[in-house]
Amino acid sequence: MAEKKKAVSVLLNGLINENPTFRLLLGMCPSLAVTTMAKNGLGMGAAATFVLVGSNLVISLIRKIVPDKVRIPAYITVIAGFTTMVQLLLAAFFPELNKQLGIYIPLIVVNCIIFARAEMFAQKNGPLLSVLDGIGMGAGFTLAITIIGSVREILGAGTWMGIPVTVDLFEPAIMFILPPGGFLAMGFLVALFNKLTSRKKKDKNECKTGCGMGCPGCSQAANGGEA
Amino acid sequence: MKELFAILIGAMLVENFVLSKFLGICPFLGVSKKTSTALGMSGAVVFVLVLSQAVTWLTNEYLLKPNKLEYLQTIAFILVIAALVQFVETVLKKMIPSLYKALGVYLPLITTNCAVLGSALIFVERDYTFVESVVFGFAAGLGFTLALILFSGIRERLETADIPEAFKGMPITLIAASLVSITFVGFAGLIIS
Repeated sequence: MAEKKKAVSVLLNGLINENPTFRLLLGMCPSLAVTTMAKNGLGMGAAATFVLVGSNLVISLIRKIVPDKVRIPAYITVIAGFTTMVQLLLAAFFPELNKQLGIYIPLIVVNCIIFARAEMFAQKNGPLLSVLDGIGMGAGFTLAITIIGSVREILGAGTWMGIPVTVDLFEPAIMFILPPGGFLAMGFLVALFNKLTSRKKKDKNECKTGCGMGCPGCSQAANGGEA
Repeated sequence: MKELFAILIGAMLVENFVLSKFLGICPFLGVSKKTSTALGMSGAVVFVLVLSQAVTWLTNEYLLKPNKLEYLQTIAFILVIAALVQFVETVLKKMIPSLYKALGVYLPLITTNCAVLGSALIFVERDYTFVESVVFGFAAGLGFTLALILFSGIRERLETADIPEAFKGMPITLIAASLVSITFVGFAGLIIS
């Protein structure tokens, strides 16, 4: 029973408590770059989830064989392998999406979320929990960037998933599909997320987000490997 | 010569890596709290970018292309970059300790900086020659430096500002970044021919 409970909490952890995008602020580059449309957010999220689940599984399986000193290059190779798979699959089955996402698909390799989960979770847990963690984190990431994409698409183009929604109500503000809109929408959404979750429980260490936990989080991990 | 100049200005201002291509956002948000750390990080990025552009270009041209292994680009590039960063770190430590002291702490962070892998993928996409891709890497690094230093100045001011509770920390930083980014949209019309 306790086991089952743990599995569920691991799965749900990524959605709200440790939402990789809104809470941990990991993987900001794709969250901002590809979210000009909700559909792209969904596609990017799915691709990253695939890599996350695959690499978490493999890393949790090889964690005892790989010596500590070379674990960083080993993990990077595993992640890069899965990324290449996604790249080839997308090119074969969804050429349109592949073209839209462009270089941000291969850039999944350097997405902090995946590396951070490998270091923080898959390295310490068994395959089953690691896969669940991958699914949870992937779902949280997908949810977050689909929301960002939706906000930007509705405000910037007046459509959602390509369907006209508010085109007749107001003139779309093109700025939202341009780079500044990405930063702006993300800023307001993170603030909203902070507001909503802080009401539930007072977060004592506020600087857990961003600078503290973001990339320095995974770079610390990288640092540890070099030592 | 003219093309190289176009690449230089283009990569630095028109398609600034951080503010319009969203590459290297993590260090941009992570180390832009103080101008001095921003300078150190940008120095390391420029250095590694130029080297990695040269090395990945050679890898692609003489190793991957002749063997028809282009589909391994992502894996090959990231490994080359990781090895290069490690190599640079070791060499600097031995040969130029003063430079190592200035850039040292930032070097390991660069492997996971998407600007480095990103610019390698871009030169493949655009079919740049060797010189072009090195110039592109240099210009992208300069653009990164420009954005980081501009932004660190703003963030030093933000420290003392009175900000609503929910906006403290990252949200206000992102909104400030948005405003800086608007100014760079102004360069979009700049075409060098």
